[in-house]
Amino acid sequence: MSAPTSHEPGHEPGHEPINATTDALLPDPGLPGHVWRPTDVDERAEKRAERQVATLFGLSAICTVLFVVSYITIKGGVDGHTFIGLGASNVALGVSLGLALLFIGIGVIQWARKLMGDHEISEERHPASSSEADRSQTLAALNAGLEESGIGRRPLVRNTLLGSVALLIAPAVVMLRDLGPLPHQVVGEYPGAGLEHTIWNKGMRVVRDVVGTPIKASDIQIGDLFNAEPEALFPTEENGYPELEGAHRQIAKSKAAIVMLRMDPADIVSDVTRNWSVNGIVAYSKICTHVGCPISLNERTTHHLLCPCHQSTFDLADSGKVVFGPAGRHLPQLPLGVDDEGYLIALSDFLEPVGPSYWERNTKSPEEVAKELKS
Amino acid sequence: MSIDTSKVAASNRTAAVASKPSKVGAAAGWADERLGLAAMGKKNLRKVFPDHWSFMLGEIALWSFVVLLLSGVFLTLWFRPSMAEVTYQGSYNQLRGISMSEAYASALNISFDVRGGLLMRQMHHWAAMLFIAAMMIHLLRVFFTGAHRKPRELNWVIGSLLLLLGTLEGFTGYSLPDDLLSGTGIRAADGFIKSIPIVGTYISFFLFGGEFPGDAIIPRLYTIHVLLIPGLLLALIAAHMLLLVYHKHTQWPGPGRTENNVVGFPMLPVYAAKAGGFFFIVFGVTALMGGLMSLNPVWKFGPYDPTKVTAGSQPDWYMGWPDGALRIMPGIESHFWGSTWSWNIFLPIIVLPGLLFTVLLLLPFIEGWITGDKREHHLLQRPRNAPTRTATMVALMTIYACFWAAGGNDLIAIKLHASINQITYFLRAAVFILPIITFLVTRRICISLQRHDNEMLLHGYESGVIMRTPEGSYYEKHLPISEARAYTLTVRDRSAEQLTPATQDDTNGVPAPKGRLSGFRDKIRTLYYADDVDKPTTAELEEAHHHADHEAHELEALDGHSAEGHHFDGRHPVSEEPIRPEHH
Repeated sequence: MSAPTSHEPGHEPGHEPINATTDALLPDPGLPGHVWRPTDVDERAEKRAERQVATLFGLSAICTVLFVVSYITIKGGVDGHTFIGLGASNVALGVSLGLALLFIGIGVIQWARKLMGDHEISEERHPASSSEADRSQTLAALNAGLEESGIGRRPLVRNTLLGSVALLIAPAVVMLRDLGPLPHQVVGEYPGAGLEHTIWNKGMRVVRDVVGTPIKASDIQIGDLFNAEPEALFPTEENGYPELEGAHRQIAKSKAAIVMLRMDPADIVSDVTRNWSVNGIVAYSKICTHVGCPISLNERTTHHLLCPCHQSTFDLADSGKVVFGPAGRHLPQLPLGVDDEGYLIALSDFLEPVGPSYWERNTKSPEEVAKELKS
Repeated sequence: MSIDTSKVAASNRTAAVASKPSKVGAAAGWADERLGLAAMGKKNLRKVFPDHWSFMLGEIALWSFVVLLLSGVFLTLWFRPSMAEVTYQGSYNQLRGISMSEAYASALNISFDVRGGLLMRQMHHWAAMLFIAAMMIHLLRVFFTGAHRKPRELNWVIGSLLLLLGTLEGFTGYSLPDDLLSGTGIRAADGFIKSIPIVGTYISFFLFGGEFPGDAIIPRLYTIHVLLIPGLLLALIAAHMLLLVYHKHTQWPGPGRTENNVVGFPMLPVYAAKAGGFFFIVFGVTALMGGLMSLNPVWKFGPYDPTKVTAGSQPDWYMGWPDGALRIMPGIESHFWGSTWSWNIFLPIIVLPGLLFTVLLLLPFIEGWITGDKREHHLLQRPRNAPTRTATMVALMTIYACFWAAGGNDLIAIKLHASINQITYFLRAAVFILPIITFLVTRRICISLQRHDNEMLLHGYESGVIMRTPEGSYYEKHLPISEARAYTLTVRDRSAEQLTPATQDDTNGVPAPKGRLSGFRDKIRTLYYADDVDKPTTAELEEAHHHADHEAHELEALDGHSAEGHHFDGRHPVSEEPIRPEHH
């Protein structure tokens, strides 16, 4: 540390002095004199302030009693009373508790402002750093300690210690391993498992969401847009799909949901979309390729589908290409067909992963995907 | 006018006087014999805190955190952080018989079947919003007034970490009820994580315990929300307050208020009462909000279903800006050697917040490096007296505002009947252009205000009195500002002095060592202080006073004469004067 060039009075050497304010352009007039408040000099005002504060505390106590009373008497919940469109119990409890607290707060501050001493006092500041003596003593203690430990003289001990302690990060990391399986490990564990698969497979019927009824291609009008799901999500004895519960069901739903639209076949732009459609009925993954929100908003005249979360817009007439917004990839299309009874079925699982992109994902264009399907 | 101070109330009579043994003294003695607190109490019980409304902003954050702790503990008594599927049998008709997670069912239970439960839920959520909003405004106050300068840089860092942790705490909190809206938020978060190159998919699988949504995320977020982050918040808040006490609070300059003292009211009783009373006020306001303002009505959204979404899905307001960045980012994705790089997600939601947060964290150090100022600062600066700093924060605020607006681009489009595409294109450009414009405009406004201060100092304030000279021309009379005000205006550094090289040669003529960047830094420093209007020099001030005396001398001729308005110049007693003397 370099020695300071000048010793200012009042500052110990080695300290950065507290910023001595500027050039004294004008003399400091000093603290203004104390002004007495009415409560300081008028006994009546003082008594009045005292009564005000006590009244506020009293009002608080009344509100607290009201809180307890309304807790006991007013029925809560949905079948309770309502007040200005809100639950009466909630309003009564909130207002009485709020006022009880506010009256105490206002009362205490009023007490402080009107009755407590209001002389401003001044306190010296000291530099944030310790004194030079403290510093050198600490440094000496530190050096003595280090010297006695021999940590500088025994590099072998020091380095093996550092190494072994650093290695202790390994258990901490390794033990987190069982937080979850690796992406490839889940494949085959449950129906539709893995990022590259969904529960759809060849010949699975397309059913309406919520009710689970199969859909006849002939029942759909041009312009109809609706949500659909694979039949496997609605297992019955008749269709023979295994029961899906809890997390597995949620996972299956989160990947298999589709949105369907029937458009005029003449409006379809890309060959792939045409090949995978039935009478102008197309099915696309409902899961946005951006960050995975379910897509829901349709522009009827343009066959554009908009994601409500971040407004990515996809063209359903043209392989689900992105026409606007932050999504980087087209919406995967589900190849559709019709079974013997005239119900819509999937010709296969999705031929590419649905939902948001991820590092290992091998993105192919819809044309490449179609080529693979043929082979 | 004199005041009879002989009847001064008891409260103002005393300084610290040793009193006869009392109950308080006995209790304090008992404690001191075991804890040895007297040494600390002596210093701190009468510790001085300066008074200013803006010093209350951080206090709002502190007290809303206490409200969060209290209401949060209440909620944990009933909330079940479990994704096990149950069939709802509670009292809310519309959802009875529907399968949902236990977490959502218990959130409904708290809202409808626990008396005061809805109040506590809403208070908890409102207090969270208040907590983060207060931290942000407090941060702005600190930066605009230069309270982040030495020796308080580390407290700035702690405060920034508090803001970051508070935001994460908010996100993990509003994700817990497992309703449709919060589930959509988690769904998007999974997309964010998957966009991270190389490890994204693994992190997602580890976090969710497998594929999204799985059944692990709610219990894991719960532990983070009620244990991990609150613990860190508590520790950092304690450190923040300890440093505040150690450094002593900054104060505004004024007569008798210097860099070397702190003037204000003592902790006991005035500040203890004011701060304690303010806790009750924050608590009370939160209770009123919880009682009267409906917030996050989870029962209306329904349980989470990965196939459903509500239009206008929005995160809580403080998460709006990264969401907006995500919305206006063009959809760029690249593919190399079988790997996918989702720039469209990774850059706006992972890199950008990290980058902006790092900038925030480093602001005091960047400023210190540019100015080369190694002195301690305890007097606050008016924003105008650091034009570049003020303009920098306004530019950052503009960036924030653009992103935040982008986060509501669908709502703006609906409310203003505008095209969402055009709004998005506009914001893509605005987020780069508007900060530059607001930076330049703010800087100029600051400089103009500095000039205005100098005008007041040299020529007084505009009195509104119009003078007519014997020649018939008119001018407005300026009157001198008060001594205290003039002094306060002059307590500031001269930028010109800051520009002299900091690395001066020492007394022996040995050149000071120069870093490689010092040339670059000198240029930045010149720009930092460019066009600052310094306070007048002593010569200028004397010249101005001389001029004012001269003018006053001229006016003396009017003394005793009727001259409309002229005697309202602060130099003549006017209590008996009519504004308009009767005409003869």
